[in-house]
Amino acid sequence: MTDTTVAPPAPAPAEAPPGNQALAKAALLLLRGRTLVVLVVLVAFFSAISPEYLTQSNLILMTKHVAINAILAIGVTFVILTGGIDLSVGSIAGLASMVSGGLLFTGLALPGGTVFFSVAVVILIGIVVGALVGAVNGLLVTRFKVAPFIATLGMLYVARGVAQLRSDGGTFPDLAGTPERGNQGFHVIGVDSLLGIPVAVWIMAAVAAAAIVVTTRTPFGRRVYAVGGNERAAVLSGIRVNRVKIAVYVISGACAALAGLLLTSELGAAYPDTATTYELNAIAAAVLGGTALAGGRGTIIGTVMGAFVIGFLSDGLVLVGVSTFWQSVVKGAVIVFAVITEQAQQRLQSGLAKRTA
Amino acid sequence: MTSDEVLVARGVSKSYGGVRALKDVTFTAYRGKVNVLVGENGAGKSTLMKILSGSEQPTAGEILLDGEPVKLASPRDAMARGIGIIHQELSLFPNLSIAENIFAGRELRRARRFVDGGEQRRRTREVLRRLGQDLDPDTLVGDLPIGQQQLVEIGRALLEDVRVLIMDEPTSALSSHEVDVLFDVMGDLRAQDVTVIYISHKLDEFRRIGDWVTVFRDGGLVAHESMSRTDTGWIVRQMVGRDPDTLYTRNTSPTGDVLLDVRNLTVPGPTRALVDDVSLTVRAGEVVGVYGLMGAGRTELVECLMGLRRASTGEVRVRGTLEPKATVRARLKAGLALVPEDRQRDGLVQTMSVRDNILLATIGRLTKAGLLRGGAEQRTAAAKVAELAIKMPGLAATVTALSGGNQQKVVLARALLTEPVVLLLDEPTRGIDVGAKGQIATLMAELAAAGFGVLFISSELAEVIAMADRVLVMARGRVTAEFTAANVTEEALVTASASEGVMA
Repeated sequence: MTDTTVAPPAPAPAEAPPGNQALAKAALLLLRGRTLVVLVVLVAFFSAISPEYLTQSNLILMTKHVAINAILAIGVTFVILTGGIDLSVGSIAGLASMVSGGLLFTGLALPGGTVFFSVAVVILIGIVVGALVGAVNGLLVTRFKVAPFIATLGMLYVARGVAQLRSDGGTFPDLAGTPERGNQGFHVIGVDSLLGIPVAVWIMAAVAAAAIVVTTRTPFGRRVYAVGGNERAAVLSGIRVNRVKIAVYVISGACAALAGLLLTSELGAAYPDTATTYELNAIAAAVLGGTALAGGRGTIIGTVMGAFVIGFLSDGLVLVGVSTFWQSVVKGAVIVFAVITEQAQQRLQSGLAKRTA
Repeated sequence: MTSDEVLVARGVSKSYGGVRALKDVTFTAYRGKVNVLVGENGAGKSTLMKILSGSEQPTAGEILLDGEPVKLASPRDAMARGIGIIHQELSLFPNLSIAENIFAGRELRRARRFVDGGEQRRRTREVLRRLGQDLDPDTLVGDLPIGQQQLVEIGRALLEDVRVLIMDEPTSALSSHEVDVLFDVMGDLRAQDVTVIYISHKLDEFRRIGDWVTVFRDGGLVAHESMSRTDTGWIVRQMVGRDPDTLYTRNTSPTGDVLLDVRNLTVPGPTRALVDDVSLTVRAGEVVGVYGLMGAGRTELVECLMGLRRASTGEVRVRGTLEPKATVRARLKAGLALVPEDRQRDGLVQTMSVRDNILLATIGRLTKAGLLRGGAEQRTAAAKVAELAIKMPGLAATVTALSGGNQQKVVLARALLTEPVVLLLDEPTRGIDVGAKGQIATLMAELAAAGFGVLFISSELAEVIAMADRVLVMARGRVTAEFTAANVTEEALVTASASEGVMA
C-alpha cells in the first residue's frame, strides 16, 4: 500500500511576480473581512455625522435590535448552507409569540380548569412549537420533495394564519403574569439587563457561540456543508441527507421562535403580526455575511456581522433623520453590493488557488 | 510555408499569473488531416486549444491562418473564421430538446422573429443520421445517456461550416460503437478537406484515426511526428518520459475467500431491466473488471450494490453475510465502497477543502465528546495523502485546485477510510492522464495484494485486459461473457459487449 509511485517534487512557481500575488492576497483578505470593514466604515460615518451614534446607550440599544435579527439569521443560515431557504421564520416567530403570549395571558384551558405554566416552561413550549413547525418544513422538503422556497412560502402563510387564529386576530396585551399563577418574569429576556448588557444580547451571543461550535467543530456541521456543497457526494459518503435537512429546518424554526419570544417580551404584549417580513432581514443578514444561496458556503460569524451591518445601518439612518423610504433604498443597495463583492472574492480565491496549485 | 499548413501557432507562450502554462510552442495543423495532440493533464494541450479557439489570448507569439497572422479575439471570432471546438465537458442544455440544443444561439428564423421549429427538426434529423443516431429531435438532451449527449455536441459543430475542428477528448464518454461512428464522421470530414485537431488520452483509439501526432509535456512541445512513423511505446515514452511497460501493474496476489457474492440481481428500468439477473463474485486479492458499452448497466449495477438504486430481486452477500438492507450506510458498514464514475457530480464536494473531502464519510469517528478533533482530522487526512501520493497545494486547499488524477485519489482516499473489504471503482481512470492512470492501476494491484476485493468498470479494452484477473462483459443489463486474464482478447470482449444474449 505504501509503495505508491513517489510524486516528483512540485516545480517551483516559475518567476511569479511577488508584488501582484501579495496585492491579490491583501485584496482577498479585505474581501473576506468585508462585512467587518463595512461595519467599521458605517460606525465611523454615522458617528462623524451624529454625536449620539457612538454613545454607550445607543450602541446597547442598537445591539439589542440586532440580537433578534441575528438569532433569526443564524437559524436561516443553517438552512441556506444546505442549499435550502426558509421564508417562514417571521411567521414562526409570530406563532411562537401568540402561543406563549396566550399561555401567559389566558392560560391553557383543560377540562379540569385553566392551567398556567411558569415562564421557563412557556418559553420552552414556544421554542418547541417553532421546532415542530420547522420539522414540518423539513418533512415537506424531504419526504414530499417540495422545493424549499415553496414549502416555506406555504408555511409563511399557514403559520401566520394559525397565529391569528389563536386570538381571532386580537392581542394578548398583558404578559406580566401574577404571583398566584406563578408566571411572572417574562420581561427578563427582552427588557432586563445583566452586567449592563441586555439579556437578549447575551442570548444572541450564546446562540451564536453554540452555532459556531456546531458548524465548525461537529460532524453534523460538516455534513450540513457537504449536503449544500454536493448532495450526491454526500449521499455516497453515507450521510443521511434527509435527516440533515430536517434538522436544519428544526434549528431554523427553534431560532425563529426564540427570536419571536424576545421580541414579544420586549414589547410586553403578543400581537399576531409580530415579526412580519422579518424573514427578509434574516436572509439579507446571511447573504451580507457571505452565505451563498446555492449552499455549501458561509459562516455563522459572517451572518452575525451581516445582522450588525443591517441593524447599525438602519438605526444610523433613523438617527440622522433619513426618511424610511430612503432607508429602504440604501438597505437594498447594500445587500446587492454585498453579493457582488462575494463574487469578486470567489473569483480572486479560485484564481489564487489555481496559481498555487 | 506550404499551403498544407492551415493553422499555425508560432512561438506561442501563455502565463497565468506567475505560472507558464505554455512555453514557446510552435504547432502546425495540416489541411485535411487528423492532427492528434497528446500529453498528460497540465501539459499545455488544453491551453493551446483555448488559444486556437479564441477563448484565451497568448502572452507571446502569433497565430497564422492560411499563412496570414490573425487575432482570434473570442470563440465567436474564431468560429467566424471557421475554427470550431468541441469541449470535453459538455456544454448542452439538458432541459432543451436535441434540436433546440443544436440550434442554440443561432435559431433558424421564420418571418424574422419566430423560431422555425420544423426546419430545425428536419436539419437536426439530418445531422443525427450523419452521426448514425436514429433519435427524435424533440428528445430532451437530459434524457439521453452521456455518450449520445456527446454526439449531440459534435452534431452542433458539424452544422457549422467548419474548416478546422478541434475536439477535446470527445470519446471519453463514448462506447466503442459510438467511437466507430465518430471516426467515420471524422473520416468524412477529412475527405472534405476539413482539418481536425484531436486531443485524446486513448492511445489505441487515436492511432486508428490520426495522421500526425504531437506530444506535449510540461507546457512544451516535445515531439511532432507522422503517425505512421510512431508506435504506441514511442508515444507513451514521449508523454511520460519513461517506458510504457511500467504503465499498468498487473495484480499477482493469490486469491482468497469470496468477499462479495451477488446472486440474480435485477434492477427494474422504464423499458427493460437496467440490470438483468446478474450474478457475480469477487474474492479477496482479486481484481475483477466489468467491460461493456455505454448503457450496458454497469454503473447501475454498482450503484445498486452500493444502495443507491433499489433492486427488485436478488441477494447481496458480503463476507458471507446476507445484506438485505439496501441503503448506502448499510452497504458502507457491510464493507462496500464506491468510487463513482463522475467525480465532479457524485464524488467531490467542490466547496470543501481536500482534507474535508477525504474525511467526509468517516467524520463521525473523529470526535471526542461530540466535538471534532482537529489534530486527528489533520493526521488522518495527511496519512492518506501520503499513502496515495496525492499531489496538492495543501490539505486546506479547495479540492477543485487539484488535477483530475489527484481528485480521483481524494475520492479513493475517502472510500478507503471507510475500511471496505470490496472496492467498487466506476471508470477509475476516466479523464485522467497516462501517468495518473498507471498510478491508479498500481494502487488497485496494491489494494488487491492487501486483501481487498476490487471490482472496476472500464470502457478501455487495453486497460481492462491489462489490469483485470477476470473480466465480466455486460450488454443490455446482462452479463454476457466472462473471461480470465489468460483467455481474454480484444475481439472477444467487443463481440460479447455487442451480444444480445448470454454467450456460451
